[in-house]
Amino acid sequence: MTLRPRPEKRDPLQRKVERHVPAGLRSRAMHAMSARAAQGRFVLQQCVECSAVTYPPRDICPVCWGELAWRDQVQGATLLAETTVRVTTDLYFRAHMPWRMGTIALDAGPVALAHLSRNLTVGGRADVRLMIDKGGNAALFAMAAGEEPDMSDKQWREFVVPVRDRTILVTDGRGAVGQAVVAALQAAGAASVVVGLPAPAQPPAALAGLTGVRIVPLDLTDTRSVSECLTDIAGPLDIVVNTARFVRRGDGLIDQKHALDVTVLGLLRLTQGCAPMLQGRPSGAFVDIVSSAALAPDAGFPAFSAAQAAHLSLLQSFRHQMRGSGVRVMTLFTGPVDDEDHQSVPMPKVAPSRIAKGVVDALEGGREQLCVGDAAVDAMARWSDDPALYIREKNL
Amino acid sequence: MRGRLRYDDVVLCAPVTVPYERYSSQSAHWWAGRALRVLADVTGLGPRDFDGFCFSSFSAGPDTAVGMVQHLGLSPRWLDHIPTGGASGVMAMRRAARAVQCGDAQIVACVAADTNHLDSFRQTVAGFSRFSQDAVYPYGSGGPNATFALITDHYMRTFGIGREAFGKLCVAQRDNARSNPLALQRGVLTLDAYLNARPISDPVHLYDCVMPCAGADAYIVTTPEVAQRLGLRMVRILSTIERHNAHPQDKVQWRGGWTMDVDDLWAMAGVGPQDVDVLQVYDDYPVIVAMQIDNLGFCPPGEVADFIRRTDFTITGDLPLNTNGGQLSAGQAGAAGGFQNVTEGMRQILRQPLGDQVPDARIAAISGFGLVNYDRGICTAAAVLEAVA
Repeated sequence: MTLRPRPEKRDPLQRKVERHVPAGLRSRAMHAMSARAAQGRFVLQQCVECSAVTYPPRDICPVCWGELAWRDQVQGATLLAETTVRVTTDLYFRAHMPWRMGTIALDAGPVALAHLSRNLTVGGRADVRLMIDKGGNAALFAMAAGEEPDMSDKQWREFVVPVRDRTILVTDGRGAVGQAVVAALQAAGAASVVVGLPAPAQPPAALAGLTGVRIVPLDLTDTRSVSECLTDIAGPLDIVVNTARFVRRGDGLIDQKHALDVTVLGLLRLTQGCAPMLQGRPSGAFVDIVSSAALAPDAGFPAFSAAQAAHLSLLQSFRHQMRGSGVRVMTLFTGPVDDEDHQSVPMPKVAPSRIAKGVVDALEGGREQLCVGDAAVDAMARWSDDPALYIREKNL
Repeated sequence: MRGRLRYDDVVLCAPVTVPYERYSSQSAHWWAGRALRVLADVTGLGPRDFDGFCFSSFSAGPDTAVGMVQHLGLSPRWLDHIPTGGASGVMAMRRAARAVQCGDAQIVACVAADTNHLDSFRQTVAGFSRFSQDAVYPYGSGGPNATFALITDHYMRTFGIGREAFGKLCVAQRDNARSNPLALQRGVLTLDAYLNARPISDPVHLYDCVMPCAGADAYIVTTPEVAQRLGLRMVRILSTIERHNAHPQDKVQWRGGWTMDVDDLWAMAGVGPQDVDVLQVYDDYPVIVAMQIDNLGFCPPGEVADFIRRTDFTITGDLPLNTNGGQLSAGQAGAAGGFQNVTEGMRQILRQPLGDQVPDARIAAISGFGLVNYDRGICTAAAVLEAVA
């Protein structure tokens, strides 16, 4: 178990760098845009009567005074004007000067200000992404048409969570999901992946011999074990991926109690321990894998569903608690997984490797919420459309 | 459409400026009160004599003109609050003039006052408007420097105008400021220093930016009879225009609302740009000065770069521009920055300048530009004034 050398070395005697986030004041309409951006959608308001597309967010159509609705839009644009901001009174941007931004004409119609990639020049065609900024709000980022995101672009790095050279804790390496996540993070260039293993489990063969992977005892049902594990990491901790879950059929009291201990109280033990560590990092993130049974219960797995629902609730609160510190809290929704926990569930099931890829995609794409697999996508679509119907039809 | 009524039987008097300060521990209320006190000293009028009050400010919150009348002991029968910043001087004038002309008020005090505390600028910029909060400030938080950098970048590309043209305007205004004892920046500014200044938000550099400060400007609008009784010299309004949210289809602002109404401005005035002795335009950034020179018809459309090259804008030049130094040199005292074009224009044609006098000045053109709600200035206004012989 050798560790990769970290390129970044911090002098322990140096004064800690304080981290700020962009100003957070937004209108209610802008928050509606951010909520959709968090789901990875590229939306603008469109009039339900005259179809005019409008931006910045308004409360009524400026063309005919009709009602507005959020609609997915084409993402092309042209850069009309640019500037490099070198002076600001804002603490967050002051730490990131100089900053390039510009005026873009969206193919969808409106003119918008946007953050710019290094390769986009005036007159050039752009692809625009709706990202979530460090303060948790939607922001437009324009890059040259066809350009792939550049992880060495310091502006882009503010909107995503780079995996390369980072130290990452994966909380449970026992199951297929945990092991696939470790392998994916390792392949993506993580400097160090610390993998939790609750006693009395033995180190899994799948993790043997992986460079930069270290297995440590970690039991989320034990407060002391959690704090010992975090202390043992000793250095900077950039990312936590919580893979711990407890899946059983039925509603046995013993199973319910253990599910709550792992999934609900365990999450609290984990977040309360790791939050201060993540807050000190330039791109701290907490990723959690949540069953879409958290949205509406699966009557075949009532105890599991209840624990997942409570878990999702705590996770959402944790996201808001972390807003002021720039730590991103990301949710990966999955349906039934093709693993030992779902032996009795018929296909379609999502492969652990798909979930692992989803974890890396969410981090490096800056996605606050991502649905992995057809079942999770379908569940989210139905729940977003009509929650009352979804709860009924899910268990018919 | 009905024809417009001329501004008969109404005059402007008593332009006053409370000396600007870079930072002030006083409130906007204090600055407004000081402006009234200076008006009182000049006119001999007291709180009970003003039956009209028009107020403009960014920093009087939570108060508006309403809170201000009680704070300042006024009891007007006509009240207006103008939140249009750089366009507020001309807008206050046209509203008050109609009120006086129609007899709704007899003596209106038009006052713009703003303070500037140590952290005022950041707070004003961060919470300026809803669109700004949602869609401008989060993009680098460069404030107006960044917004006008984008407008300047586009303007330079569109009209082939270079930094040296903007530099000539800034240098001329600084030359004008040198005789104004109230200007905050009176040191020599050379074109070289302008061109080599540090970049703030490309292509905007240090001397393209105004210096935010505290201050107040005011004047009164009344009847010729009252002015004569008080022994005040008078200015008459030849014409005015005003427009908001013009040309929303322009993807980047390259012209202002003046273009919609400029023919009306000169037709009503009965004079043309060639008759103007002093030009006082809003100058938060030189690109807006250039835009006003073009849009108000001082040069053929699109030829402002050439016009700047062959025109002398100093006090003794062909077209004396912002003769107190403008905001670029005198300082930007918030909403008072939208009043100083009016007070300075009045002073020059009344022969009561703060600094050097423009020889034989009789006609002043005033132009205002205000409120970058999102990506462009929304409010534009202009007036042509003439001294009453």
